[in-house]
Amino acid sequence: MKKLWNNKDTRRNLFTYALVIIAFVVVQIMLGGGMLGYAAKGFLVPVCVYISLAVSLNLLVGVCGELSLGHAGFMGIGAFSGIVMSVVLQNLIPNDVLRLIASMIFGGILAGAFGFLIGIPALRLRGDYLAIVTLAFGEILKNVFSNLYVGTDANGVQFSFSASGVSLAEGGKMILDGPVGATGITKLATFPMGFVLILFTLFVVLNLINSKEGRAIKAIRDNRIAAESVGINVTAFRMKAFVVSAFLAGMAGALFGLNYSSLTASKFNFNTSINILVFVVLGGMGNIMGSVISATVLYILPEALRELEDYRMILYAVVLIVVMLCTWSPKIKGAIAAWKASITEKLSLNKKKGVGNNG
Amino acid sequence: MAEYSKHMVHVPTYNILRKQDMDKPPVLDVRNLGIDFGGLTAVDSFNITIGPTEISGLIGPNGAGKTTIFNLLTSVYQPTRGSILLKGIDTKGMTTAKVNRMGIARTFQNIRLFGAMTAKENVKVGMHKDIKCSFISSLLRLPPYFKAEKAADKKAMELLEFMGLADVADVKAGSLPYGVQRRLEIARALATNPAILLLDEPAAGMNPSETAELTDTIRRIRDHFQIAIFLIEHDMNLVMNVCEAIAVVNYGKIIAKGTPEQIKSNPAVIEAYLGKQEDASNAEN
Repeated sequence: MKKLWNNKDTRRNLFTYALVIIAFVVVQIMLGGGMLGYAAKGFLVPVCVYISLAVSLNLLVGVCGELSLGHAGFMGIGAFSGIVMSVVLQNLIPNDVLRLIASMIFGGILAGAFGFLIGIPALRLRGDYLAIVTLAFGEILKNVFSNLYVGTDANGVQFSFSASGVSLAEGGKMILDGPVGATGITKLATFPMGFVLILFTLFVVLNLINSKEGRAIKAIRDNRIAAESVGINVTAFRMKAFVVSAFLAGMAGALFGLNYSSLTASKFNFNTSINILVFVVLGGMGNIMGSVISATVLYILPEALRELEDYRMILYAVVLIVVMLCTWSPKIKGAIAAWKASITEKLSLNKKKGVGNNG
Repeated sequence: MAEYSKHMVHVPTYNILRKQDMDKPPVLDVRNLGIDFGGLTAVDSFNITIGPTEISGLIGPNGAGKTTIFNLLTSVYQPTRGSILLKGIDTKGMTTAKVNRMGIARTFQNIRLFGAMTAKENVKVGMHKDIKCSFISSLLRLPPYFKAEKAADKKAMELLEFMGLADVADVKAGSLPYGVQRRLEIARALATNPAILLLDEPAAGMNPSETAELTDTIRRIRDHFQIAIFLIEHDMNLVMNVCEAIAVVNYGKIIAKGTPEQIKSNPAVIEAYLGKQEDASNAEN
């Protein structure tokens, strides 16, 4: 146990889990005490979803070193397929929680499968080119969603890209209605489920990073040619990171979709992808705990500043710039490090004094 | 095996084989290797045979094509002509990663470490194929994961100790001093369990005492792991000291092969390095 504690990575991971669990407990207590308003309750699930999305994107951007601008696309696949699945399974699995889990897993698998298919051509590219392809892919998906008609009746599920393509029998139900999106969704998402999703995402990503696969992925990021020279199949490992990231985004998307009574495809646009990327970059590339914190703060901030109306986005931007400066400017970083060092020095001096007094 | 004997019989090797290598098939057998970049012939009719525990050197003036030969051997480039037989198997069309798994490991002239990872992690990346643990057991932290990681940690530390790097195991590779980075690169290459180790200018940027230490290290690696070592080097002291056989290339072609003594007195080699004898005598007159 002590050995585990001495490992810096393990300590950091345990701290990340602890942070999430403590935050969950605190929020639950606040909920029980009725301290949260209606608006605050409304963004508990989205916060969980965005934390998961930021962590899964960090796997791709921070750990694998590949810029992806289409994360909202995978989220969208998860959202719409999750909604469809939850309707289809309505009679099969009456239990809400189990149905939600099944829908999320289905959303994740479908997003992962799409990640694989898109990865085959896209992962031949690197850097800026991959970013552009993922951006285009996200936009394509958004347009596919807004032209997708899905309905279900006694005969099963029907898909079509035109409104007339879906002809439902008596008692049938339209799940996705093209540009109108999904309406009349049964809200299955709950805050505890969001908490479980975060834990699951952290579990997968942190375990992956600290395994041989994770080392291979980091090696490719650090030096592709050297990674090849020690027998690492570069394409296979980039694909693994891409698919796992898409899978987790799909799961988060399904939870997101099942949190609203209606949902349109425009929610999964380029802006959402960029927002998730901002969470990752601000939290620090490859820094998983950073992603958790920055996603929470940056999602809540614009909501909390709502009373400032038009000025809130200005303030949001200022906060972004200040945080960027504080975390990345070498001068400020140096100042913080010096300040930290002086404090630890003082503390150790005090300790020594204490020892001296005892002697 | 039949493949070896075919080559061994028909084509005489110029190398001075160590006694223990006499009856063994060569680990690397390169035949008529050549590559053209557009109209430029960078390497042409390059032949070499390396015994399983031989230390051989590749020298030549700058731009002679030495690193290109290493890149051909590791499938970074595909040859235009000729063949590379690694333990009797033609590596034609294989990827760099596949060739490494087959048994060729290398270091780079301009060090290429995984800078953001610790020294130990760098070595563990090299051990990738030998860590027996499925993706699922890694993700779910099942017992095979802990068993495999523990074994990998132990082996990585052994390797680091062998290369004198045990005390920097947890230091980020990017922040290590230059000479230490060179040694770490060798440790990482050794971690892949190679049959032959290619060192591209291992002594570059080292002072004489570090070079002397390197000479010793290269011999220790051969004796301990019983593998072949093939190195490119400009430091003649190191080459003449450590190599049992030397090939000299100029303009992409081999101009001489032999023992260090033979190479030292070979007129073609002296010409390649210092210019023609007549020129020198003319200048004197």
